[in-house]
Amino acid sequence: MSFDVPDDRRYRESHEWALPTDDGIRIGITDFAQDELGDVVFVELPDEGESIAQDEEFGVIESIKAVSDLYAPVGGEVLTVNEELFDSPELVNEDALGEGWMLEIEGADETELEALLSADEYEDQIA
Amino acid sequence: MPLQTPPLRGIHADRGAKFTEFGGWDMPVEFDSIQTEHRAVREDVGIFDVSHMGQIHVTGPDATTLMQRLTTNDVTRLEVGDAQYAAITDEEGLIIDDTVVYRLPDEDGQPTYLFVPNAGTDEATHERWIGYRNDLELEATVDNQTDEYAMFALQGPDAADLLEDVADGSPTDLGRFEAAYATVAGVECWTARTGYTGEDGFELVVPWTEAETVWSRLECQPCGLGARDTLRIEAGLLLAGQEFDLESNPRTPYEAGIGFAVDLDTEFVGRDALVEANEDGVEEQLVGFQLIDRGVPRHGYDITNAEGRVIGKVTSGTMSPTLEQPIGLGYVPVEYADPGTTLQVVVRGRSKKARVETTPFIDTA
Repeated sequence: MSFDVPDDRRYRESHEWALPTDDGIRIGITDFAQDELGDVVFVELPDEGESIAQDEEFGVIESIKAVSDLYAPVGGEVLTVNEELFDSPELVNEDALGEGWMLEIEGADETELEALLSADEYEDQIA
Repeated sequence: MPLQTPPLRGIHADRGAKFTEFGGWDMPVEFDSIQTEHRAVREDVGIFDVSHMGQIHVTGPDATTLMQRLTTNDVTRLEVGDAQYAAITDEEGLIIDDTVVYRLPDEDGQPTYLFVPNAGTDEATHERWIGYRNDLELEATVDNQTDEYAMFALQGPDAADLLEDVADGSPTDLGRFEAAYATVAGVECWTARTGYTGEDGFELVVPWTEAETVWSRLECQPCGLGARDTLRIEAGLLLAGQEFDLESNPRTPYEAGIGFAVDLDTEFVGRDALVEANEDGVEEQLVGFQLIDRGVPRHGYDITNAEGRVIGKVTSGTMSPTLEQPIGLGYVPVEYADPGTTLQVVVRGRSKKARVETTPFIDTA
């Protein structure tokens, strides 16, 4: 089975991605991760305005069969959370890399982003 | 120890199944998605490979006595082709396992039974039967046939139609908890109208070497252990190792809500303890509950009363695909067991409100 690993973003070993946008950095989980989890039924995310540090647990994702912590690929202040996920957690399965995003944070340190895995490196990890 | 593999491991892998270790077996946990598979069984039909379930064959002049001594229900009520749910209890009346006992056609003029212990327990169960047979000096042959038979569960409202298409004769004339040998896809299978989903359906005991022939002809949604678990939780059915476990969660059949499978007028290991337990009444019992707050209850989470005092533990929980609500099972003191009682479940350090519900959670066949 092959998974979508776009090279427009960077990856944490624990299967989160970080994508630079106009406003900050968007965070979500990978296509591989959503497939491993199976049907996502519940997502718990921090409040807007909260500060999170790199590598900190920022939330929880539950599928029917498993519960998994979410780790921040980069630190910063939470600008926006994807509230769509509260009513439609299945968006994570349907479009983990797009509509199923979780947070947008600002004030991230550029070096934190660079320290993450490239798409190629992440692809090797899940191969 | 290497995992045991079901005969169709390769076919399931080619179909894209994910696997998990369960009771020492490497079993498909998910083929497409738990919700898809779950829905197929509730609305249409799905098929499970449950070859991890044990098969123990007992025959001989004293076969009935041996079965009667080691299971809690009344085996003498079984006529050929009847199935019966029972517990296997220890001297203290605690559940070692639960099982379905089938009365097979007599072999060599002797009463003959097949019973199905849970995954990974077949060897210990076989030893237990042999040990009691020897101690009681009974004349019976006890064979562990777990590696000789695959087992499939065809479940859902359309299961009978599908089986009818593939079988000779009419195994679909069988009533609930009845069984017979039937020719399915040209293969003689022990075919029982039983299951573990709350739906109508059949369980087929299929010779290991013919497994592929039967599986490939029963074309419908393949389902893994993930959907099997969500379906049985909705149906309020017990899972060995969770709702009872001699080591980690010792329970009597009364606590576990399966007193209906205990016949105290029969002579079985654990009976005296259960007579006493029945007179005393239970202090704790298994209940179903629904989470009112957002979250998903999981095995091992604490249950508290409304004031926050820990009163029990969740044994099983999931997001119910049918109800789209978080539901679970757990043990609580009887004073908290009435439907409608408010409880709390501690989900990762946070108390979530829950309400005791009657089980099954859904309408069952």
